Amino acid sequence: MERIIFYVIAIIMIVFAVMSVTSRNIMRAIVYLLFVMLGLAGIYFMIDFFFLGAVQMTVYAGGIIILYITSIMLVERIGEPLDKPKQLQLIIAAALTSLGIGATLFAIYDYDFVEVTQEKSTTIAEVGRALLNYGDNGFILPFEVISMLLLAAMVGAIVIAKSYNKKETSK
Amino acid sequence: MILGVSIYEILTVSTLIFFIGVFGFVTRKNLISMLMSVELILNSVALNFVVINKYLFPEQLDGGLFSLFIIAIAAAETALALAIIINLYRLVMSLNTDKLETMKN
Repeated sequence: MERIIFYVIAIIMIVFAVMSVTSRNIMRAIVYLLFVMLGLAGIYFMIDFFFLGAVQMTVYAGGIIILYITSIMLVERIGEPLDKPKQLQLIIAAALTSLGIGATLFAIYDYDFVEVTQEKSTTIAEVGRALLNYGDNGFILPFEVISMLLLAAMVGAIVIAKSYNKKETSK
Repeated sequence: MILGVSIYEILTVSTLIFFIGVFGFVTRKNLISMLMSVELILNSVALNFVVINKYLFPEQLDGGLFSLFIIAIAAAETALALAIIINLYRLVMSLNTDKLETMKN
């Protein structure tokens, strides 16, 4: 049963990923990307990492996609299709990526992974304790660095948006 | 881990999504659609971290937490990049990479 669900999610993700990079309507492309994100959240739920699935759904499917949609509406004329890439460029890119897929899959299937069979789900309490633990297996330093990074990104976005306005009024 | 699904199958899915993202990044000419391809790449890498963590070292949490950090960094990156792109659009009135030669008038 889980196998069938996994295959359905995987096929949905791959098909929508391909459609998302080939669609010439940018609004459709972003909605296809949303389905890829949701499929990934489904895999996280199946793999028993509920916190990450929830974060994936709220941050990616909820936040980032909405950010993209608003900026597309600010920037693009939605009715106009995107430029077609050149035929030669398409062929070269397809050849190179299929070469990369071949090499990576060969490396993966060549390696002998020792799978540990264990039915243990990662609880949110465990994640929280690991994030705020400063002993062994603790992640408090990256956690704090991430919080500083988010603050810096917020300030940076405000500064970038503001510098233009100042220039515009001084003209 | 998922019952009846081996690590190879999930790694195959993430490999395919990664290279679809690379394909989009190479062929697209619009800045926002290139950024969307980067999102695909980041997502597939996050999936790899979680899967290897869950299948090979289920006692530890490192991989899962690192994909959490990847998601946070991707959110910051997207916000900044979209701010720059919107600013650039006001200057140049285009998002085509061929027409963007300058970031400052």
